Amino acid sequence: MGHSRSSPLLWSEGVFDGDRGLKVLFPDRTVATVDHIVPTTSQARPFVDPLAEEMMQELEKNCKENNIRFYNIGSGGQGIVHVIAPEQGLTQPGMTIACGDSHTSTHGAFGAIAFGIGTSQVRDVLASQTLALAKLKVRRIEVNGTLPTGVYAKDVILHIIRTLGVTGGVGYAYEFAGTTFEQMSMEERMTVCNMAIEGGARCGYVNPDQVTYDYLKDRNFAPKGADWDKAIDWWNSLRSDADAEYDNVVKFNAAEIPPTITWGITPGQGIGVNQTVPTQEELSDEDRALAQEAYTYMSLQPGQPIQGTAIDVCFIGSCTNGRLSDLREAAKIAKGRYVAEGIKAFVVPGSEQVKQQAEAEGLDKIFEAAGFEWREPGCSMCLAMNPDKLVGNQISASSSNRNFKGRQGSASGRTLLMSPAMVAAAAVTGKVTDVRELL
Amino acid sequence: MSQIQTHSGRAVPLIGNDIDTDRIIPARFLKCVTFDGLGAQVFADDRTQMQGQHPFDLPQYQGATVLIANRNFGCGSSREHAPQAISKWGIRAIVGESFAEIFFGNCVALGIPCVTADPAVVTELQQRVAANPQAVVTVDLEAMEVRVDDFVAPVQMGAGPRSMFLSGTWDACGQLVAQADRIRQTAANLPYVGWSPIAS
Repeated sequence: MGHSRSSPLLWSEGVFDGDRGLKVLFPDRTVATVDHIVPTTSQARPFVDPLAEEMMQELEKNCKENNIRFYNIGSGGQGIVHVIAPEQGLTQPGMTIACGDSHTSTHGAFGAIAFGIGTSQVRDVLASQTLALAKLKVRRIEVNGTLPTGVYAKDVILHIIRTLGVTGGVGYAYEFAGTTFEQMSMEERMTVCNMAIEGGARCGYVNPDQVTYDYLKDRNFAPKGADWDKAIDWWNSLRSDADAEYDNVVKFNAAEIPPTITWGITPGQGIGVNQTVPTQEELSDEDRALAQEAYTYMSLQPGQPIQGTAIDVCFIGSCTNGRLSDLREAAKIAKGRYVAEGIKAFVVPGSEQVKQQAEAEGLDKIFEAAGFEWREPGCSMCLAMNPDKLVGNQISASSSNRNFKGRQGSASGRTLLMSPAMVAAAAVTGKVTDVRELL
Repeated sequence: MSQIQTHSGRAVPLIGNDIDTDRIIPARFLKCVTFDGLGAQVFADDRTQMQGQHPFDLPQYQGATVLIANRNFGCGSSREHAPQAISKWGIRAIVGESFAEIFFGNCVALGIPCVTADPAVVTELQQRVAANPQAVVTVDLEAMEVRVDDFVAPVQMGAGPRSMFLSGTWDACGQLVAQADRIRQTAANLPYVGWSPIAS
């Protein structure tokens, strides 16, 4: 899959049609869209930002010249690459998928092996449809039980990363298993696999099951007719055996997972919403230096409750939480309430289809009545390669996946990661709030 | 394709765990259609914040070609802009406690060996380089060791990437492309290629 960050570079670096004379080996197994660079207010062409416009023109030209299917703005299929490929039925069990974006791990929710790669490796895939990779170890992360009310897929993965650390997954693929994942919808599974990379794992994975097949049935590129039955047989054969041996197994109890929020500058620096920012004494030796850096950068005091922290900006969207079910959960909180004074709150659907479906359900009207801005699809403020950015040291409640320093477009901007419902709760109260109090 | 067996050069110590690729090259610099110019922007925000005191700005480390980093270096985004920016600043080899995997893979594709060493070794290297920025650090992929002055310590790298550097096959592209016929055969046997045509 190609998209708007890494792909345009290949041609301008002279890889294709240039010194190496490479050709795209399987244009018919390649798709592209535009996500990182699109503005979410007006998407009129040319884009206001000339660099974004230049990248867009490169992408359009390259797709056309190489016969690559391209979901352009206004096609009805444009959006964040990790939202559109599943909704088009392009993501299927048993596939190997690669894209120049680390959150390609999302597609593992379907029982696919999906890797984020860099630009040179995108070149390798376009030119050969293969990648040179070392074999991964597999860790089974088992979560069992029913999630408490007000606890979402986002909380599950933030809790896992908080427990296993941001380097816990290095060398591993994470297989998410157990009754909690079995009960999850595909959109929830995608949220979990999306952030496998934040735990250091190269990819995330969920065994395909009836939930997967119900999601895929009748989608654009899903197999049809007799092929559908053949596909089901093959997909069923892919599941991990009951007696499979893993390199490592870790178990969690869903009942013990709280609404979780990050307080620091990596996705591993998370706490339950009712907990306090950890003190140095509560941390291991190796986590202390980073915690010190985080206290200073985030302007948070060790030992202070995270709940009640005043917020400036609320962002609902991204490839982690920009899907229809995310917007529905956030709308439940927003409905009948109003964004607190002085807060900028905006909702960015993950794709043109998500936007259209949300509008059909009237979610846009709920958000607008509550004082949220309703935007056009794109990656938006998650990484701010577009006009959506924090300003100065603003602090955001964000449904996205990274709270790194400067991530949301300001060198001193601060990010608290949480579920979309928690972001909506922060928007209407103006501060970090336990969403369970508003349900 | 050139073999990379050893690299020697002056080094720059960069202390800190979990230095992510957003810090190495902030997203606003990704709006580019070539990698040229990224060297000047490496660690842009950290350097601004540190007002000339960032190791990449300190005069004694200008011209360094070995980077000494700590744990989980290069985590986060898959952006190849990160190793490109480091490379265009002048770095040719990295010693660290551990590396994020996508970053490591990107470095292999660019011919930048990343070797890991025990935390105590990394700290020793950082201290020695800070004390004597003129010291020459050698990263030796044949002996799998790092040397500076009289200090010698073992380093690690997976067997696959190591042999790719030693044999000069670290740019996998050529080898993969040469297998196009076998790849086509394999693709023909993948069931979904038949039932989910996605041609434009």
